[in-house]
Amino acid sequence: MSRRQAQARAEDVARAAYGKLIAMLASRSGDIIAAEDALADAFVAALKTWPDRGIPDKPEAWLLTVAKNKRIDQARRDARLVITDEASDMADAQAIQPEETQLDERLKLLFVCAHPALDEGIRTPLMLQTVLGLEAEQIAKAFLINPATMAQRLVRAKKKIKSAGIPFVVPEPEAYPERMGAVLEAVYGAYAADWLESDGELSHEAFFLSNILAELDPENAEALGLTALIGFIEARRDARIDDGVLVPVPEQDVELWDRHLIERSASLLTQASLRRAPNSVPGRFQLEAAIQSVHAARSVTGQTDWRALSQLYTGLMQAYPSIGGAVGRAAVVAEDAGPAEGLKMLHVIAFDGLDRYQPFHAVRAHCLAKLGQTANAAEAYAKAISLCTDPPSKQWLEKKMSDLRKKMS
Amino acid sequence: MRYTFLLYSDPAMAANMTEEDWAKSKEIYGQYIGALQEAGVFIETDWLHPADTATTVTLAGGEKRVQDGPFAETKETLGGYFAIDVENLDEAMKWAEKCPHVHYGKLEIRASAMGSV
Repeated sequence: MSRRQAQARAEDVARAAYGKLIAMLASRSGDIIAAEDALADAFVAALKTWPDRGIPDKPEAWLLTVAKNKRIDQARRDARLVITDEASDMADAQAIQPEETQLDERLKLLFVCAHPALDEGIRTPLMLQTVLGLEAEQIAKAFLINPATMAQRLVRAKKKIKSAGIPFVVPEPEAYPERMGAVLEAVYGAYAADWLESDGELSHEAFFLSNILAELDPENAEALGLTALIGFIEARRDARIDDGVLVPVPEQDVELWDRHLIERSASLLTQASLRRAPNSVPGRFQLEAAIQSVHAARSVTGQTDWRALSQLYTGLMQAYPSIGGAVGRAAVVAEDAGPAEGLKMLHVIAFDGLDRYQPFHAVRAHCLAKLGQTANAAEAYAKAISLCTDPPSKQWLEKKMSDLRKKMS
Repeated sequence: MRYTFLLYSDPAMAANMTEEDWAKSKEIYGQYIGALQEAGVFIETDWLHPADTATTVTLAGGEKRVQDGPFAETKETLGGYFAIDVENLDEAMKWAEKCPHVHYGKLEIRASAMGSV
């Protein structure tokens, strides 16, 4: 096996199993930093030995055993533990525990990160890093924070977990209301981090976790809402990219949608609404899931109900205002009431960072193009393209831009 | 794990307390101490004279300096503490919520660093 293949395989295992391995390494000592160091060492060892000896049968077990040895090595330098392949093979059988135990371990880590003794703002970043293995730099970008500051805050939180004695346990059900919100936020954050990637391992993991959480706390309407929301988006996985180019939801081929998953998500959303107090405002995830359910209905009705979407976005913006919701609402209004109305909605948005927010320029360009203001539209598309970081969206914007150019000439 | 609860409050509140209030307070704290002892987690507790009677000593900078008063002038001051021995922070937080002090002051939980460095 080539070094490159070994590296690719190690990285695959790393992404898929990161949280499990960290949780298993840290749960007894509470020392996440030591667990991360040991796991990083194990990855280095994998890159060294896998190209020559082939990938072990159970790569996760191999990494765990090596990491455990590294950590013991670290703790007791006198012991002079020698890491041999025999040792890891021997441990293969016992090292990785049954699927259920692993799951518990990762859930424990999720709840540790959502502990009320940790600053609210660090909970989601901490989960993204320790449970799902995102780099501090990626997280900093998502949270619009300086990477060095983010790294510093993450280290501080991990030190507190150990020194304050935050336990690695799945809490009693009475603690769910206090802890579940942060856990759900982080899971959604993880889903959003790579949902457009073709392999999308992180988003698969996030969907998996949201299902577990909905099972763990079936009375929690937002846990059901989040699982429905991710389910609706997942159902469109095969339809959203065509030949490397993004396909907007209203233009997707509904034959490519996963009908079973759509039905399941719709039923979860109904269950969520039954768990809610009468006349209470639905949680954010339920509202966003409701928006996705309207899109999904096109597979049955053959058309998008823009009026319903416009009303749902209004509700979303009243209860949970966000820059994404504001721009999404303008895009929907542009379809329902016309591009001039959409443009008006865009111009009253007052969120910081609007000028650097790619969807704002994309929706603006779309409205301007429809109004025949081609020169302004082209300018807005160019701005959107310059801000776009994911290739499928970028290609789609470029296609729109070239369509516009053809019209102009 | 050993945890210390540091009890902070505004001393002006104590100044307004009547004999009756003190008796009641003593009883409530007595019950709390009893509960801690019954659970087998109690280590010790103390109740301190007001912060304006404090003497602060430092040798930082190589020279002995003695200050009449607390190290920092704040509205809420340290008035006492509890030391308990429980499994983890979740257990400590449960006991903290039961402490009578939290109804009028702030309680800071700190884990013992003894033996961890």
